[in-house]
Amino acid sequence: MTQSNGEPRVIRVPILTRVEGEGALDIRFHGREPTEVHLRIYEPPRFFEAFLRGRPMEDVADITSRICGICPIAYQMTAVQALESIQGVKVSQEIRWLRRLVYCAEWIESHVLHIHLLHAPDFFGCASAMELAKQFPDEVKRGLKLKKLGNQLLEILGGRAIHPVNLAIGGFYRLPRREELDALIPEFERGLAWATEAARWLAKLEFPSFESNYEFVALSHPEEYAIEEGEIKVSDGTAIPTSSYEEHFQEVQVPHSTALQSRRVATGGTYFVGPLARIQLNFNQLTPHAKTIASEIGIDPSCRNPHRSILARAIEVVYAFEEALKIMKRRAWPSEARKALQNVMAGEGISATEAPRGLIFHRYRVDETGKIEFAKIVPPTSQNQSQIESDLRQLLPTIADKQDQQIAIDCERLVRSYDPCISCSTHFLKVNIARDGLRPE
Amino acid sequence: MKSKPKIAIIKFASCDGCQLTLLDAEDELLAIADAVDLAHFAEASSRLDAGPYDVAIVEGSITTEDDRLRLLRLRDECRWMVTIGACATSGGIQALRNFADHEEFIRAVYATPETIHSLATSTPIASHVRVDFELRGCPVDKSQLLEVLSSLIAGHRPRTSTESVCQPCKRKGTICVVVAQGIPCLGPITQSGCGSICPAFDRGCYGCFGPTVQPNMAGHSQGVLLPRMSERDAVNLLRGFNAAAPSFQQESVRLWQITQTRDSTR
Ligand code: SF4
Repeated sequence: MTQSNGEPRVIRVPILTRVEGEGALDIRFHGREPTEVHLRIYEPPRFFEAFLRGRPMEDVADITSRICGICPIAYQMTAVQALESIQGVKVSQEIRWLRRLVYCAEWIESHVLHIHLLHAPDFFGCASAMELAKQFPDEVKRGLKLKKLGNQLLEILGGRAIHPVNLAIGGFYRLPRREELDALIPEFERGLAWATEAARWLAKLEFPSFESNYEFVALSHPEEYAIEEGEIKVSDGTAIPTSSYEEHFQEVQVPHSTALQSRRVATGGTYFVGPLARIQLNFNQLTPHAKTIASEIGIDPSCRNPHRSILARAIEVVYAFEEALKIMKRRAWPSEARKALQNVMAGEGISATEAPRGLIFHRYRVDETGKIEFAKIVPPTSQNQSQIESDLRQLLPTIADKQDQQIAIDCERLVRSYDPCISCSTHFLKVNIARDGLRPE
Repeated sequence: MKSKPKIAIIKFASCDGCQLTLLDAEDELLAIADAVDLAHFAEASSRLDAGPYDVAIVEGSITTEDDRLRLLRLRDECRWMVTIGACATSGGIQALRNFADHEEFIRAVYATPETIHSLATSTPIASHVRVDFELRGCPVDKSQLLEVLSSLIAGHRPRTSTESVCQPCKRKGTICVVVAQGIPCLGPITQSGCGSICPAFDRGCYGCFGPTVQPNMAGHSQGVLLPRMSERDAVNLLRGFNAAAPSFQQESVRLWQITQTRDSTR
């Protein structure tokens, strides 16, 4: 788009809000074509991989947790599993269930937060959930109650909701108290009903019509909806052993971002991780109830509209409540909190799990004294970052005629639908649209 | 403070966990949003009102020149400044860079380091500007944060306990992990506020609320840590989420020097 004076047009929106972290979006148009679309993450780097080196492996879960306050379990779980693989520790089935339970708690807390507090206000022209609560007091309060249930479960299993303290290499530091979990069962039964109502409420939203031909990537597990383990599945049919993740997906550094971006090696192309990818690839493993609600609210594996991710999240909340209830009702109980390590082994190991925002990959190398020699962490948002930019490139020509302010709002909405976590990818998203020839700062 | 204080919640280098604590106050959030004017809270609202503010609640540490300048501007725009969390009050986990070669850290994470602008240290907010109240924790504790907010609403200075993690631990009836299980624990030298969670989960305190007032650091190392762990491991334990808090830092450096002298005389 050119202005009357012939200069390309510049639009700036200083801060993209209701996302986790600090970044900016820089957009330049030449005619109707966007020539530059940078999701610029300027969250200051915190160098986790570097300062993990030389630390005892027991510290890794607590430290990597601090990458992100919204999904600490994703970091802790992926770290302890990678380290367990190095140490040759295989946890008991009962411990695995409790770990899956704590991961369900995090999915609930994180998804419900995004649905109600960050994303839903977009659909009603509200600035925040606090404003939305004036129009929909019961719905917002229901959201808060759901979130609280997720957090209560995190507290029982982990000691606290943000940066829980209980995940250990080999299991848990201390087993949760059976009676505390039992007491939560009736609450979770109510939660399941609320989660179902929340999903139905969201079905009434009006979604922008954007669609793209995505390559979806998620873990997949033969027996269950993959959360804490599985092999990698791509929507083109490729199956990739988790151990070869790095041969198939590569991180590149781009000048406008302090987060590294991922590409698929085979195609050089972008890919999509997160709830929509999981629904796409693992739909059949949802519970019958979750599937019924999914078809009722209009989300299924054919969905290619990122704005509808809010429905995918809502279905995963329903699923997580059901799965949590199933685990809490099991009577089998671990015989010990954790397996003690016999001898420390040097070696290298990986793990990948499904964080609320998508696939997360960790690799560590440990020396013979149990100290970390090398650490690599690939969070979901850095994998989605290139996909977000590519979506914006597709969207922009179709909205080039709109007012600058509306373009910015449309772009923000698209970015927000991904639930980007910039703290993860290194946080503050700011949209700058350049159309007057000035380079965005 | 008169009716509805105008509040800004501002972030520097951090994980968002501390401001998330406010969103985790599910029972109180809507009432708080009514009682105060949340004028700038980017994580939760697209309404971003410019200053001046009555109170700036600050999360995160200073790790870039841009952030340092942003903080100076913010300080000019707010009457009171409250810092929340270990990042803001001591530099956070990212202050581990203060002990290492920063250039090397950048290279370890990023292939082309030239485009990464970052300071060699991570420093707390109070080393740059006047701070009126500091709330500890990694993350801050929800009830303490609510206490701070209600004090601000009522217009008086918040108060938080300065006792050590040991006292609430005893009151809770947790059996001491040092005595009963021989687990090294930072509880005696760490400020309470977390609810003494770790010992209740059969593990030692890792100091996420930072040093208590006038902790006996050397005595603690001698009596609690070193009988149960090497100096090197004690250095790592002290270099956690409050590594750059002065008492923790001095003690970790002292213990580190002991290991160095011993290595060189071998
Ligand atoms: S103090 Fe801890 S919880 Fe708070 S922002 Fe920093 S890393 Fe996150």
